[in-house]
Amino acid sequence: MGRVWRLGDNIDTDALAPGRFMHRPIAELAAHCLIDVAPDFAAGAGVGDVIVAGRNFGMGSSREQAAQALKIRGLQGVVAESFAGIFHRNAINLGLPVFTILSGTLPEAGAEATLDAGAARLRHAGGEVLLDPLPDFLIEMIRDGGLVPHLEKRLAREGRR
Amino acid sequence: MTLAEKLIARAAGRTTVRPGEVVTAAVDLAMIHDSGGPRRVEPILKRLGVGLWDRDRVVLISDHYIPGDDPDGAAILRLTRDWAQAHGVTFHDGHGICHVVLPERGHVAPGRFIVGGDSHSPTGGAFGAYMFGVGATEMAGVLATGEIWIRVPETIRLDWQGALPRGVVAKDMILAMCGRLGMDGGRYQAVEYTGPAIRALGMQERMTLSNMAAELGAQAGLIAPDEITAAYVAAAGGEAGDWADWQGDAGAVVAERHDFDAATLAPQVAAPHSPANASDVGDQAGQALDVVYIGACTGAKYVDLRAAAEILRGHRPAKGVQILVAPASVRDQARAEAEGIMAVFEAAGAQILPNACGICAGYGSARLGADIRCLSTTARNFKGRMGDASARVWLASPYTAAASAIEGRIADPRNHLEGA
Ligand code: SF4
Repeated sequence: MGRVWRLGDNIDTDALAPGRFMHRPIAELAAHCLIDVAPDFAAGAGVGDVIVAGRNFGMGSSREQAAQALKIRGLQGVVAESFAGIFHRNAINLGLPVFTILSGTLPEAGAEATLDAGAARLRHAGGEVLLDPLPDFLIEMIRDGGLVPHLEKRLAREGRR
Repeated sequence: MTLAEKLIARAAGRTTVRPGEVVTAAVDLAMIHDSGGPRRVEPILKRLGVGLWDRDRVVLISDHYIPGDDPDGAAILRLTRDWAQAHGVTFHDGHGICHVVLPERGHVAPGRFIVGGDSHSPTGGAFGAYMFGVGATEMAGVLATGEIWIRVPETIRLDWQGALPRGVVAKDMILAMCGRLGMDGGRYQAVEYTGPAIRALGMQERMTLSNMAAELGAQAGLIAPDEITAAYVAAAGGEAGDWADWQGDAGAVVAERHDFDAATLAPQVAAPHSPANASDVGDQAGQALDVVYIGACTGAKYVDLRAAAEILRGHRPAKGVQILVAPASVRDQARAEAEGIMAVFEAAGAQILPNACGICAGYGSARLGADIRCLSTTARNFKGRMGDASARVWLASPYTAAASAIEGRIADPRNHLEGA
């Protein structure tokens, strides 16, 4: 459980991973995540929080650090009306839950909310948001921490390593 | 279903798929190159502790660091060659630029599902294959398992009616689309190029359109295969067998459709520093130039060389203008040689560079210096990509490149062609 951060449409990868911090260590980059568009988020977002955003979240470049910054801050995940394709791909491969909103009452900014990835629901005091479910193997990949740790487990299970 | 949906359904072992759905696809072929390939995937494969899922389905091509005449490039090429030997994969070493060599050597065919370790991998879509680019981590996953997950894309149809006028080519078409839709117009969905003006193009011209689906921000850039595709694939030693099956259904739902008229298209030029800054050549005509670069996977294939030479034959560049030519593949250069095309460049005093990415990737000693003004047949003119950050790069067709070299400033190629 954590707090909800409400963001608008077209949050881009430059906002998530500002170019001027791209050459810095990832922890420092993550500390400046969204500093230009949501300074409160940069100052206060932390473990268990969840982003509720509008359309085309993660638009822009293919930089993986945009998803990594959110992951490193310990967010539960991002739910949005829609995602930019490459960000969506990178997020799942890095183990950050990302879900498209199907229907339901959205939580207010600052509300307490729980993202149930398996059930594809965002639960909060004011109700429940129905999310487009991800297939089981992607949920498992996210739980394992992303593509590489997931493959490590899977290949071991299959006796290939 | 659309062509994209049919291709993904087949690879996922399904009868149907719908846009937005996530599926696991079996990969028919993985292409990697010297820059993003062995040196980046091997550490991840080591961590995973496994070898390749199927070495017969992996093609490695050296192109970014060829010829390897500096210590860093030489070391990367050595690592690449050792890796190829150790893993026994098909290796095209110094044969040319990956996106041109892959189909040229018969590795691409209609119906295939292919991943490439390079952002211009949509090139394979010209053959009615679903091909897209991934980063090193995902590529390592593919090399280890032969599988990849994919969210089924929507299809954006880009339809071209009419016939291209003389002096106007595929590069002008794709620049016009970049200008109209912008670099994120493709929304990481699949674009499909349709219409009589597309059907009229040869395979190398179609490859230019699919290649630069990347500049439209699309995941894939498809063209349904036809007799032209089948003939190319057969001549390259590939298998085009069931090409006729790989067509979108007539009633398939597309997310967007954009219509273009080939007959009224003028040569296009994209101003610095984005392909989306494209407009009619007249808007940029007169811009003075120092360098004309005829190179890259989108701008120095056989057809591109032939077009440039058609205008350049019997002419020299304007004083102070240097022409650089980097033919996209060894085979394309050999064909150009046999037809007297290379002789035209030599007579014009052009510098002939290796069959490699060269300055398109920002490598090599020919990189653009400070304040250089360059007209280039490549796909991207981002600030600093081809050399110094103060260099300015305009993108255009090989026809426009040749005409501009002669005049020493950006020029309309139609004034240099009979019947245009
Ligand atoms: S020629 Fe340029 S665009 Fe083509 S693969 Fe090489 S670097 Fe990329």
